[in-house]
Amino acid sequence: MSAAAFEGSPRILVFSTINISDPGIDLAGSRHLEYPATVQTLAVPCSSGLKPSWLIHALDSGFDGVFVASDGEECSFLPDCAERTAQIITQAQEIMSERGIPAQRLKMAALCSVCAEPFANYMREFSATLKKLATELSVV
Amino acid sequence: MSKDAAAKPDKPAPEDRRIGVFICHCGGNISDYVDVNAVREALADEPGVVVSETTVFACSDGTQHDMIDAIRAEKLDGLVVASCSPKLHQVTFRNVASRADLNPYTYTQVNVREQASWAHPHDKAGATEKVIGLVRAGVAKSRLSDPLQALRVQTLPRTLVIGGGIAGLRAAIGLAEIGIEAILVERSDHLGGWVGGFGAMFPNDDSGRDQVASLVEQITQRRDITVYTNAEVTGKAGSFGNYEMEVTLHREGSDKTLQVDVGAIIVATGFDSYDPASGEYGYGMDGVVTLPQFKELVDSSAAGELSYQGRPVRSLAYIYCVGSRQRGGNEHCSKYCCTSAIHTSLLVNNLDPAIRQFHVYRDVRAYGKYELLYNESREGGSTYLKFDADTPPEVAKLDSGALGVTVTDLLTQSQEVTLPVDLVVLVTGMVPRENTSLVELLKVPVGTDGFFNEIHPKLRPVETVVDGLLIAGCCQSPRTVGESVSAGLAAVAQSAALLKKGYADLDPLVARIDPDKCISSGECLTVCPYGSITSIEWDGRMAASIDPATCKGCGGCVPVCGSDAIELLGYTDEQMLAAIEEMVITEVPDKEPVA
Repeated sequence: MSAAAFEGSPRILVFSTINISDPGIDLAGSRHLEYPATVQTLAVPCSSGLKPSWLIHALDSGFDGVFVASDGEECSFLPDCAERTAQIITQAQEIMSERGIPAQRLKMAALCSVCAEPFANYMREFSATLKKLATELSVV
Repeated sequence: MSKDAAAKPDKPAPEDRRIGVFICHCGGNISDYVDVNAVREALADEPGVVVSETTVFACSDGTQHDMIDAIRAEKLDGLVVASCSPKLHQVTFRNVASRADLNPYTYTQVNVREQASWAHPHDKAGATEKVIGLVRAGVAKSRLSDPLQALRVQTLPRTLVIGGGIAGLRAAIGLAEIGIEAILVERSDHLGGWVGGFGAMFPNDDSGRDQVASLVEQITQRRDITVYTNAEVTGKAGSFGNYEMEVTLHREGSDKTLQVDVGAIIVATGFDSYDPASGEYGYGMDGVVTLPQFKELVDSSAAGELSYQGRPVRSLAYIYCVGSRQRGGNEHCSKYCCTSAIHTSLLVNNLDPAIRQFHVYRDVRAYGKYELLYNESREGGSTYLKFDADTPPEVAKLDSGALGVTVTDLLTQSQEVTLPVDLVVLVTGMVPRENTSLVELLKVPVGTDGFFNEIHPKLRPVETVVDGLLIAGCCQSPRTVGESVSAGLAAVAQSAALLKKGYADLDPLVARIDPDKCISSGECLTVCPYGSITSIEWDGRMAASIDPATCKGCGGCVPVCGSDAIELLGYTDEQMLAAIEEMVITEVPDKEPVA
């Protein structure tokens, strides 16, 4: 990850959930709430089913940041989904720490099925954070 | 990923797959903002892709036929359509695959409209690059897909309704009318629930007791509805389509159990009224009652004779939002109580218009046409005083012996007013009913607020993630009688959709365990709230096993396994890692668009 890589916007992979956060991301598009085109989405049934290794693989494969749009308290499968997803993030961050990958490159937030504006805002903010991080790293 | 692992005997090696890719213009909804020809060209070179085409409307009948022809002519073993959200057309294109004798689970829908063209209307190059990555990821998922078979189960045309309140009663009649036998189980000794105990109710003053009596009369006339009162559901076996339910009848000191076989279950167990703590707004003091208690008093009073404990009531104050909109618990609005309190005050007006009535409220949420009742109550003499949540009213005994409600009224420049009244009515909200044993038995998904959870509040409002388990009425959230009945009838319609064909195909995208990898650590055995994971003997040792009929396909068990023995079909390690890799593409291929 370097500033030079960001001629445009940082590349972000969003893990969404089919029933909850993905419809929220759909709604952002339906309302033409623009966010960087370098944001791509991969949907899974529930954020509690994400493997930490997938998050790390995304960072290894060329994504500058990974954003987990979790079910949070709305999950229709698991009442403790928020805690489970947080645990997965913690495990991924431990791996990142061991490998010297900045923790800022992984972010999680609960996103509801109508959270269009929050999603677009999250993407703009995360993109800005990653750009700033890349600049700092290039200075170092 | 390992090539050996991918090249399972029941499917060709990934590079030998024959995948068809169709990129939709969606009129101009996609093609105005994405260079679909560049996408087509980029995908044509992908390993395993033998057809890469654009289409004006992928969902049109003509294009569906063209796809079927292409699947047959090119002997496709995988299909990818890049178009709108899967919520709209995933089923459409799975059906296209099925009609062409292609396994529908080798189909992948890629959302390039809501999540690309509509989101990036001012960045055509960026959107095109993004779409190429997304479609390549979709191709990767199809390339590594298994030809799964839906799990077909025969379904019984019979539904169990749990709860004999207004929602359950109306649902039972609706089921019978649509040709599905109903078994209704009610825990108490009578039918009707809350509504059956009330007289005139909003919006049209119809008596709750009379409405329930009418429904019960209809039920007694029908042979396709069986009712058990003083009864509880105490056991469950089987799965969707063929549940074997144990019902315990509590009969004069001895219990009797019987088995009922049903295809689906509607849970309509209702709510509890909030029970204020002692001292909360004076609760426990003589003359402080809840709204349901006051409603009972009003219903039983004759004109000109409203009295409490033998004392005439000449003035009263309603305190709103008791047990609702509270921080740290019951944060929801109970929705019905503003209108119910207003309507009750109109009934009091009918009994004696000289009774002074004060409404001490945070907000009046008499929405829709209930606003007219609010206007009517003001015109009838009710006085409204608004308090701030941070300065709630206080109830105390005055020296005169009357009750005093002291409120800082935001409508009169925040003046503190003490209202001397004969009666204080706490407008209590709805809270989730305690149903632990039923929740554990049926595995009903419960939200953090304690009410039952649907799959989706708008699009699938009465279904739960448990196949064939439907919810209706106030067990799901606070609502009015009309809304509860609507939900009951929605559950009837959904029940018919599940059972009327006589069979149902369950989604095979469930978790599975590779017993060779399983080291029987037991890590997964306690993480499934649906009890789908058990330990079985495998090749002379113990290994975990997942029941595909009860697995909900959430994948929550997948990251728990330390030996990577669990995979969620459709989202396997291979598929996810390959999809991630394929998404990363650095530039749009430099090719001339083809007209």
